[in-house]
Amino acid sequence: MGVPAIEAEDLRKVFGDVVAVDGISFSVEEGELFGLLGPNGAGKTTTINILTTLIRPTSGSARVWGYDVRTETSKVRSVIGLVPQDLTVDDELTGIENLRLMASLYHVPKDVAERRIEEVLELVDLKEAARRRVETYSGGMRKRLELAAALIHRPKVLFLDEPTLGLDVQTRAHIWDYIRRLVREEQLTVLMTTHYMEEADANCDRVAVIDRGKIMAIGSPRELKAAHGSDVIELEVQGNGIDLHSLVNGVGGVLDLRVEGSRAVLKVSRGEEVLPELVGRLIGGGAIVRRIEMRRPTLDEVFISLTGRSIREEHGSWEEVFRQRLNIRRVRG
Amino acid sequence: MGEISAIMGRELRKWVRSPPLLLMALIQPLFWMGLYGKAFNLTGLFTVPEDVLRNLPPESTRVVASLFNQVASRLFGSPETDYFSFVATGMTSVIVLFVSVFSGMSIAWDRRLGFLNKLLVAPIRRSSIVLGKVLAASVRALVQATMVLLMGLALGVKLNPASPLLVAGAIASIFLLAVSLSSLVIALTLRLKSWEYHMAVANLLNLPLMFTSTALYPQSIMPDWMKPLATLNPLTHAIEVLRGALLYGNSVDLASFQFHLAYLSVFAILAAGLGSYAANRYLSAER
Ligand SMILES: Nc1ncnc2c1ncn2[C@@H]1O[C@H](COP(=O)(O)OP(=O)(O)OP(=O)(O)O)[C@@H](O)[C@H]1O
Ligand SMILES: [Mg+2]
Repeated sequence: MGVPAIEAEDLRKVFGDVVAVDGISFSVEEGELFGLLGPNGAGKTTTINILTTLIRPTSGSARVWGYDVRTETSKVRSVIGLVPQDLTVDDELTGIENLRLMASLYHVPKDVAERRIEEVLELVDLKEAARRRVETYSGGMRKRLELAAALIHRPKVLFLDEPTLGLDVQTRAHIWDYIRRLVREEQLTVLMTTHYMEEADANCDRVAVIDRGKIMAIGSPRELKAAHGSDVIELEVQGNGIDLHSLVNGVGGVLDLRVEGSRAVLKVSRGEEVLPELVGRLIGGGAIVRRIEMRRPTLDEVFISLTGRSIREEHGSWEEVFRQRLNIRRVRG
Repeated sequence: MGEISAIMGRELRKWVRSPPLLLMALIQPLFWMGLYGKAFNLTGLFTVPEDVLRNLPPESTRVVASLFNQVASRLFGSPETDYFSFVATGMTSVIVLFVSVFSGMSIAWDRRLGFLNKLLVAPIRRSSIVLGKVLAASVRALVQATMVLLMGLALGVKLNPASPLLVAGAIASIFLLAVSLSSLVIALTLRLKSWEYHMAVANLLNLPLMFTSTALYPQSIMPDWMKPLATLNPLTHAIEVLRGALLYGNSVDLASFQFHLAYLSVFAILAAGLGSYAANRYLSAER
């Protein structure tokens, strides 16, 4: 297939006066595991809803498996599976009843359906619980059933909206095992959203960083970290009399410097080389270093460098986040 | 077809699993039946005490009897029909109204639970969603109507069916009424955000439709402005079919029986068509 599995061109979606998706374009190749990475309200779910024909874009166009999401809705629907952010399996039915219902909605012939249901139950480890009502399931089991339900008709493209949100670490790891196995065994193309950076980093072939409805960067996690990430050094000295700013300012390789009283955060290009020089300068300048810490770039860093805000904290700028952390320590101390 | 029956199956499965809902829905008709049928024993007003009758000359007894018979048949369809049977058949149709109006809520409810998105993202016709729900409502209505009628029988309804064919017509009329009403309600409430709005719509529909039908009193004693409303109201036609089939025995007027059934059929087809059209056009995840 020469055509990409998913192709979005200048998609926009406006709700009243909220621009939820603000002209985004990207494409996903067949067999790729592609992540949309962004904070709350970035427009991830809205993008998925457009691509899965649930809502119509205000403008722009998109194709899934070659079909137009505006005009060929039926065709799009028959080749996709969706695991929504909020669980939508029917609580009052059993697991297997939910799956049978999905099979009929996707016109899977009865005999094929029964075999397929066995397969997907096996895949998500729900065989034992299949005959229980969903209201007795745990959050992780529900999510797995949701995944199974989205796979009944062997979709070509799977959309996963926050597949691991709200689950404990162990369950998250399990879900990822299933997803990776799917991509491998069922030749699926996957578009997923998340705001767990480490998960996107570890699992996605490529990610698009999205913020306030706009795509800030697209690439493999490695490329993005190389292009937008930098090592970060956070340090704290004793006493307020020291002018940290002028002490640190001359150090080579510093890309960005923020000073807040006796604390400083530096972004540097090669941390391992900057660190010795930095410590030397501080001590030479008469400062007593109480704490120093270096972090390698993560996708979070990429996000901060692209948007000036952290994806982890739900609101607030980089500076605010920094200040908040200081406050927390102050309260503790 | 498969998708319609799958959706219908889901609805019915959920319904069978919640007996409280079923019981709740039966209480109201029981209440009306008791209040109107038993407390206001209207036919009692026209009954002449035995001793009065005995003291009257035979000639005048006959005159009085035929007079009462005329009054009774004018009001309740046939001289044998007592008011309780009259109301019980009315209530059998009214439960169909309640069930249908209630069923319209299921789309708002599915929207709330997110399940609607499961349906909307599947490669099925939007109209199948509505038709599946309409058919499920109709099956529920048939079952609940039967239960109301059985309660009525236990409380003293005097059945007098003329033929099995007419009884089949009565069953059909309940089904057609349910299809008509639930299609209309679903079409009206497709885009409602929450079931709270739906409750308002339900209240707006339930009582006016019940009181402008012949469920509790015959059309002949309605105020003039209400009579045409009763004629348009599909409830009236279902009720008349029920009474014709179940109460009037051989005195049933076959021509009007057929007319009522025909009216219901046309109404049901138009309503289901409207519901399907509205679904294909307006049912979506957006609000
Ligand atoms: N139906 C709607 N009506 C009005 N505004 C909406 C609607 N859906 C989404 N929005 C707004 O659009 C923006 C993007 O929402 P969206 O749900 O796409 O974000 P998200 O990236 O999925 O966030 P989260 O991580 O919290 O799920 C938000 O500001 C949201 O309030
Ligand atoms: Mg979301």
